[in-house]
Amino acid sequence: MEKRTQFPVGWLPYVLVAPQLTITIVFFFWPAGQAMWQSLLLQDPFGINTQFVWFDNFKQLFADPTYLDSFKVSLVFSVLVAVLAFAISLVLAICCDYVLRGAKAYQTLIIWPYAVAPAIAAVLWTFLFSPGLGIVAYWLKNFGYDWNHHLNGGQAMALVVFASAWNRIPYNFLFFLAGLQSIPKSMMEAAAIDGAGPIKRFATISFPLISPTSFFLLVVNIVYAFFDTFGVIDSITGGGPMRSTTTLVYKVYQDGFKGLDLGGSAAQSVILMAIVISLTVVQFRYVERKVQYS
Amino acid sequence: MIENRPGFTFFCHALLIASVIVVAFPLYIAFIASTHTATRMMQFPLPLLPGGEMLHNYLTVLTHGVEGASTAPVGRMMWNSLVMALSITFGKITISMLSAYAIVYFRFPLKKFFFWMIFVTLMLPVEVRILPTYKVVADLGLIDTYGGLAIPLIASATATFLFRQFFLTIPDELMEAARIDGASAMRFFWDVVLPLSKTNIAALFVILFIYGWNQYLWPLLVTTQEDMYTVVIGIRRMIPGGDASVSWNLVMATAMLALTPPALVVLLMQNWFVKGLVETEK
Repeated sequence: MEKRTQFPVGWLPYVLVAPQLTITIVFFFWPAGQAMWQSLLLQDPFGINTQFVWFDNFKQLFADPTYLDSFKVSLVFSVLVAVLAFAISLVLAICCDYVLRGAKAYQTLIIWPYAVAPAIAAVLWTFLFSPGLGIVAYWLKNFGYDWNHHLNGGQAMALVVFASAWNRIPYNFLFFLAGLQSIPKSMMEAAAIDGAGPIKRFATISFPLISPTSFFLLVVNIVYAFFDTFGVIDSITGGGPMRSTTTLVYKVYQDGFKGLDLGGSAAQSVILMAIVISLTVVQFRYVERKVQYS
Repeated sequence: MIENRPGFTFFCHALLIASVIVVAFPLYIAFIASTHTATRMMQFPLPLLPGGEMLHNYLTVLTHGVEGASTAPVGRMMWNSLVMALSITFGKITISMLSAYAIVYFRFPLKKFFFWMIFVTLMLPVEVRILPTYKVVADLGLIDTYGGLAIPLIASATATFLFRQFFLTIPDELMEAARIDGASAMRFFWDVVLPLSKTNIAALFVILFIYGWNQYLWPLLVTTQEDMYTVVIGIRRMIPGGDASVSWNLVMATAMLALTPPALVVLLMQNWFVKGLVETEK
């Protein structure tokens, strides 16, 4: 799609795109290229000796059980967050769409956690579940359940999932609500006259109509769980205990900044880029988008 | 209302109220904790009602920070967060408006190529190129500066797309009329396009402000001095791991302070927030 008429070309359009392109090249393309180049090098932590080793870094990664574990952790974590946030917000959106009184108030009270930084959400949840002190941990103890996410890997995972899903529900909720509200009322009325109850109407009308939204949200949730939850994991568990919450992104950070394994960290970055690119392709190919990229 | 089903309506209200309470519970507990003394926060069970230390706790963290933790006063960190969030917001809006304007209103060689270059940045989030980006910023001498905090984050494909979509909906007649009247490209931008974009700018402002304020990984890497920490990073530094020595009352006061500005933006500009969220992502 283009404008019928356009301004005469001179130097002006180049000046207009220059700031964006400069930043893109300096902070996006250059580092991404560096990561790719470094993933083929073997470097000691002090940067004195550098050796070109082809794909040895990748071979080493895939032979490394801790790396394969972090793959599994990322997968479990992102599926749990995606499904939990998805299911809860769908139910809430349906209820909020159904009630007449107070819908706006409910919306306000459900969406505010969007404003809370993932790292701050992590602090709030850590405090609730802090072993020996946190109020929920204390209640659980009264029920005879010992909570200590510093020692128990499963509980650590549960806690980061809770905090991330809590942070993510508002986003899903708003998209579902917008989707449900855009369904013509006449369709629902016709179905109701034919004797379909709320559940039947949801299953046969609403759900098919919001399924593009649902698919979009699932993909976006997985992207979120993969890349935007670094703050949650770093604040709550630091990847522990016993690497039970070390996701791919967290491992890049750990190996690069703590372990100073430059080649290995760069190779992991390259793999992550491949994952993001494929997720983006999925998102654009199979998700109905209003934007036309011509 | 399609039909009257008191049972189902009641069920919906009950469920919504219950979830509103569950959603708000962590915040409530944080607020309660921020109003007690440090010694009270060490005793079982923890309080569920507000105490009387609220003003004292908040003033302490704002002006002195938390003792024992190596952080600057929270007031200073909030200032850093504000500078960073606003620079990212205005930077992103400015550069993406300009490039979208060039892409929509000019036909020039390499235009498609530039568009794809911007598009590809969608696929390169900071998280996947942590180390090399850090190195670039370090080489440019931007560690511990506001520039280093904000500039690498202001290139944005989504904002450019949003403005491009919007500019395409502006009627062509407006531009033709402006050109007949002898307006130059920049004049048309200032006098027509910019005023028409006001609502889009407002919607984007809300989303980007929250995005900027809540950044975690990037500020964690580029700030090494306490007085350059943003508040989100500062709070992380207050919990050294192992919770014996944490002054939870002060940490929670800091958490409340850290989440208030973005929460206020969401609540006060709710309609724009919803519009911005739904439109930037679609």
